[in-house]
Amino acid sequence: MLSKKTKEAFLGPLNINNPVLVQILGICSALAVTVQLKPALVMGISVTIIVALSNVVISLIRKSIPMRIRIIVQLVVVAALVTIVSEILKAFAYDVAMQLSVYIGLIITNCILMGRLEAFAMSNSPMESLMDGLGNGFGYAMILVIVAFFRELLGSGKLLGYQVIPDSWYIANGGVYENCGMMLMPAMALILVGCVIWVHRSLNEDKK
Amino acid sequence: MEKFYQIWKKFGKNFEQGGKLEKLSSFYDAFDTFLFTPNTTAKRVGAQIHDGSDSKRTMILVVLALVPALLFGMFNVGYQHLLATGELVRGALTCALFWKAFGFGLLAVLPLIIVSYVVGLGIEFVVAQVKHEEVAEGFLVTGFIIPLIVPIDTPLWMVAIATAFAVVFAKEVFGGTGYNIFNVALITRAFLFFAYPSHMTGDQPFIRTAGTWGWDGGKTLVDGFSGATPLTQMATTTDAGFMPTDFWTMFNGLIPGCVGETCCWAILLGAVLLIATGVASWKIMVSILATAGITAALINAFGPDNALANYPWYMHLISGGLLFGAVFMATDPVTSARTECGKWIYGALIGLMVILIRVFNAGYPEGMMLAILLGNAFAPLIDWCVVRVNVNKRLKRA
Repeated sequence: MLSKKTKEAFLGPLNINNPVLVQILGICSALAVTVQLKPALVMGISVTIIVALSNVVISLIRKSIPMRIRIIVQLVVVAALVTIVSEILKAFAYDVAMQLSVYIGLIITNCILMGRLEAFAMSNSPMESLMDGLGNGFGYAMILVIVAFFRELLGSGKLLGYQVIPDSWYIANGGVYENCGMMLMPAMALILVGCVIWVHRSLNEDKK
Repeated sequence: MEKFYQIWKKFGKNFEQGGKLEKLSSFYDAFDTFLFTPNTTAKRVGAQIHDGSDSKRTMILVVLALVPALLFGMFNVGYQHLLATGELVRGALTCALFWKAFGFGLLAVLPLIIVSYVVGLGIEFVVAQVKHEEVAEGFLVTGFIIPLIVPIDTPLWMVAIATAFAVVFAKEVFGGTGYNIFNVALITRAFLFFAYPSHMTGDQPFIRTAGTWGWDGGKTLVDGFSGATPLTQMATTTDAGFMPTDFWTMFNGLIPGCVGETCCWAILLGAVLLIATGVASWKIMVSILATAGITAALINAFGPDNALANYPWYMHLISGGLLFGAVFMATDPVTSARTECGKWIYGALIGLMVILIRVFNAGYPEGMMLAILLGNAFAPLIDWCVVRVNVNKRLKRA
């Protein structure tokens, strides 16, 4: 159904060409929104939608964009999409929108977006661009979810807001366990991203 | 050193075949290797970056220098326990109580040492196996320092996790022994401090009020008991003239605190050994103590009117981990500045920061850990600047 190139555009960013792990893009928001799993999921989905749609739009009009003002045109498209997503979140998921605060707006400046528009959508067909956008979005969301999973589990003993580690395990209640406060700090997010990169590279050592 | 070596060799004659102590020759050999291998020394002429010592010999001397602080720390753990349970009144120490205190402390501290070494060396062995390298001696000192700079009641699994974290992320990822930017033992402590703050500060963790392995537990505590360290008491008091304890109690180290940091004379004993053997830089120690003293004296004179700012400068020098850090941790040859002039600047930075953190940031009653880590971060830059200045000076002369 899909051509080889389209498949490649979708599957590449999920693994050997992952935007976060290999290109080290979008790190800033990956550190900021991964304290809990829920905002990380919402952020991942938002970025996926925005990258995919803006890729399609730019790819559709790529032949009529004057080269000299292409960055401005790209920014307008992205900004419009980000505003739409931001408004939708505020209307239907207010708590999460508040938790994500400026980071939804800052998707405009996410390196993954501009990178994909410049490097892919400007020179490929809409279908391929859509798959490329989805692949990059999922690749980004995947890392966010992995990091947020460990940070929320080890940092506050919860997953998606539900207490996973039994209360009776905690020292305050006579047990021996304690949450690791370090996990809540941005520094630990960076170290966790580093660990994921470490695992990823040692798994893909032969593919380089 | 030369004289000592000759006496040692003469003493060694007893262990040769047919000598009086022939059976103990393996002990002599072991100590001979510890102390005098390799026995090549640097030539007195020409330019040398450092002497012909190897890291094993350096490490074993640091461990020896740490022994007084460890032994006193064990005694103090038991002493504080007996004070808290009312079995002992300050100043009325009998021989029996002394040994009870020491035995209690020994049993309490030993698990910390074992956990630190088992976890750290375990990781070292695994990494050496994976990388096909020799096992480096680097963890010998780190593993010995870790139990000395944590509160006695830190749960063992936390020590294990923090040690594993520090060894992997502060040392192995940088390339192993000798390549780390930050002092590994301090990273262990910093991890504990930020990950489990309620077990590293406050009035709970510094005195073991429960029993050790079921021994001497379940006692009621004396009235008015407080387990806070003097510096924590200083940081929380509202009385501007507050004084937690007198000079000599503090100097002798009979106060709550991390295991090895309280006793000043035990630490100074170690400092003498380190300086005499040239293992640690006296410039760094002097620079830290002098800058910290001057900074604290200036704050005494011109600072705000609160307890910490009024805390006398000489008390600052013997409080908390300042002395222990200055002698054993800031002088770590890997993470400190290497140039002679740089050592003065590096020490001054640490001395200045420790007092500023203590006095102006009540959230961190003890500033030494953060000050040294900051010093570690700046050490390469300091060295680079010193070398550049020197190069420029010489270029101008040419």
